[in-house]
Amino acid sequence: MPAGTLYRGREGMWSWVAHRVTGVLIFFFLFVHVLDTALVRVSPEDYDKVVATYKTPIVALLEYGLVAAILFHALNGLRVIAVDFWSKGPRYQKQMLWSVVGIWVVLMFGALYPVLGHAFREVFGS
Amino acid sequence: MSTTDTAASGIGPVEGSGSFSAYGVDNPAPLIEAPRKRTKKTPKSTRGNFEMYGWLFMRLSGIVLVVLVLGHLLIQLVLDGGVSKIGFAFVAGRWASPWWQAWDLAMLWLAMLHGSNGLRTVINDYAERTTTRLWLKGLLYTATVFTILLGTLVIFTFDPNIR
Repeated sequence: MPAGTLYRGREGMWSWVAHRVTGVLIFFFLFVHVLDTALVRVSPEDYDKVVATYKTPIVALLEYGLVAAILFHALNGLRVIAVDFWSKGPRYQKQMLWSVVGIWVVLMFGALYPVLGHAFREVFGS
Repeated sequence: MSTTDTAASGIGPVEGSGSFSAYGVDNPAPLIEAPRKRTKKTPKSTRGNFEMYGWLFMRLSGIVLVVLVLGHLLIQLVLDGGVSKIGFAFVAGRWASPWWQAWDLAMLWLAMLHGSNGLRTVINDYAERTTTRLWLKGLLYTATVFTILLGTLVIFTFDPNIR
């Protein structure tokens, strides 16, 4: 770490960085997502046309990334709440971060088939 | 005896003048005002507790959003064939129920306010010039109000027989 900075590195800082980055990404997606859903007020055809792009293999990969961002932000958010409100939270913040990472890895593995299965079948044949 | 008059002695009021106190007339402890005590000299206009309520809102809405958003992801991307099933008919089927309308409305409002407050913090942290901060936050609030109103309108005025 360079001298003269408040950034301390390690689990505390990097989880904070990841929380920010995922939060901003999710917010921008949310904005787009409300706009695309608003098309149900225009016509069923226009809505279905735009939703069809969500079913393409490349966007499926982006959806997997979105799930990754949301799951990390949700799990780490619960960790932040524990650090703030649980008296022993600050003492166990590292252990809680690695628990978050562990649960995240398991859930991301579980999301592989449901989120990417259809894209896999489309690219590599049924 | 007028010589023991406190006003004349140059020492302020004495704390704890009871018989069990270590202090007495001969060993006075002057009253010291607490460092952040509100007095008549304190300015009336303080900033209020907005940032504290913002901090609390992030945690409370966060807990609710974990349930709402993860439930939403499970329904939209995992169950019944994942994203492949989504279309106008699917939306019409779900919004026929007030339960899912209320779910989506709560999710919209909480997520937009949670995200907007988060981005406000990010802007405050990284935009160093006052005018840059004002413009970015103006843009943020405009986009937030627009998105919340649009989404609310769509949920309340949804018409399954639009065509």
